Amino acid sequence: MVNLKNYNDVLKLFVIFLTFFLSVSCSKQNYNVTKIEGKQIAITDKEKQSPQFENFIKPYRDHIDQDLSSVLAYSPETLDKSSGKWQTPIGNLLADVTLQRGNTIFMTREKKNIDFCILNHGGIRSILPKGNITSRTAFEIMPFENSLVVIALKGEQVLELVDYFIATKKPHPLSGITFTIGKDNVAKNILVQGKPVEKDAIYYVATNDYLSNGGDNMNFFKKGVQKFDLNYKLRNILIDYFKEVDTITAKNDVRISEE
Amino acid sequence: MKRREFIEKTAASTAFLSLGLSLSSFKPDIKHITILHTNDVHSHIDPFPLDDPRNPNMGGVARRAALIETIRQENPNVLLLDAGDIFQGTPYFNYYGGELEFKLMSMMKYDLSTIGNHDFDNGVDGLTAQMPHATFEFVSANYDFKNTTMDGFVKPFKIFEKNGIKIGVFGLGIELEGLVDKKMYKETVWHNPVETTQDMVRILKKENKCDLVICLSHLGYKYSKDDSNKISDLKLAELTKDIDLIIGGHTHTFLDKPTIVKNLEGKEVLVNQVGCYGINLGRIDFYFDNDKSKSANGKSIIV
Repeated sequence: MVNLKNYNDVLKLFVIFLTFFLSVSCSKQNYNVTKIEGKQIAITDKEKQSPQFENFIKPYRDHIDQDLSSVLAYSPETLDKSSGKWQTPIGNLLADVTLQRGNTIFMTREKKNIDFCILNHGGIRSILPKGNITSRTAFEIMPFENSLVVIALKGEQVLELVDYFIATKKPHPLSGITFTIGKDNVAKNILVQGKPVEKDAIYYVATNDYLSNGGDNMNFFKKGVQKFDLNYKLRNILIDYFKEVDTITAKNDVRISEE
Repeated sequence: MKRREFIEKTAASTAFLSLGLSLSSFKPDIKHITILHTNDVHSHIDPFPLDDPRNPNMGGVARRAALIETIRQENPNVLLLDAGDIFQGTPYFNYYGGELEFKLMSMMKYDLSTIGNHDFDNGVDGLTAQMPHATFEFVSANYDFKNTTMDGFVKPFKIFEKNGIKIGVFGLGIELEGLVDKKMYKETVWHNPVETTQDMVRILKKENKCDLVICLSHLGYKYSKDDSNKISDLKLAELTKDIDLIIGGHTHTFLDKPTIVKNLEGKEVLVNQVGCYGINLGRIDFYFDNDKSKSANGKSIIV
């Protein structure tokens, strides 16, 4: 049972408050920023690890670790990129493998041969250690996601490429091209696939997408007359090579000689 | 009888509710919002190894998750944001295509992310394929995905209401041409970030009356004189108005503290970025007051 008087009181109260409430709500609450604090928190081992997250990540990590650790090939010696002035066995290996495997694709797609290959010395990020070789080795040597491209260069730009090579004084990996550095620091006897370079001929040069866009100041690539994207990551080229061979053999033939 | 009883009870409780609300509106009411942010994490899920030459033992998702949880316990009014380039950088991406990155961000309760150039690394379709693994949303106001598989997965902006504060967040992406292969981004169309921003702040500030406007940007912090035409976060801040905070990425810029820039109206905009690889978590705390006398004194920025 409800007392009617009481009810009316409540209703009166309700109306008063409703009016008041609406009048307050109608003038929108304006919040203004009065203080801002900004900082950066370094994520270090001072933070505890969330076990929930650690447990969630573990199966993914284990699968990758297992896959990266499976032995693909054997290297009888350690190949180090700092082991030569103008060329190194690891550089020769990388350029040779890139040229060979790239050529198979290029031939199928374009019915043409790749003439030579140039990569950059700075792009070799690790040694190829003596012993068992895994996919992880390939990830360490080539952590970048660079893919293989073929650039059609005129002979003139091939000469610029050789000038660049001599000027940078680094053993950039080369395959399919040889030359002699004269006493005057000028290249002579420049041979591509054993034949002298002709200024107006077109040469198909394998490299990675980063360098083909002028990376590492390889600006001669920007003058290329045609570009072919082979959609093949350089790291996968290396992994596929490891899978194919039992023992890794790096050639040590003379590609660049000094007078 | 029943009806009357119902009316009475409702009336009484409404009155009581109104009383509570009305009283609280008399005294100054301080609201605290915490913005947490990352950028360019690039698939760095595990901490760097102890022998890493640059960032030994830094980063790691399991640690970041624990830290975020601690902050949420301090202040539940958190917005957790990422400024793009979630993908690419470790075998986790090569093996799982971004699945684990999105799952972990969902578990950390990220609210929103924008899209970086590397998020196209498996193509726009590769990004779409990972969408089922993300419970958080994506904003980009200047990428038009209409004619791609990402259509419907990305909004220009999102408005959050936290603790009575309206927060509008819009996303901006970097020009893809020349940076990302066309065969990767396909029919994604890029629009001018400054013009897009003018539309966004009108919608968020004028039309929706947001108390706070945040730009989640993957444009890059700043560029050298050679690239002086290129839009950056610092430039965007100068050339526009009504943005309170720009959270940036792309340039992997480590800042000692957030940068304060004067906008078109001479008002202060905060621009922040926290490097890359999940090495740092950015934290910006905003305190709001409805006391007009205090608001009139302007804001203090402690960085």
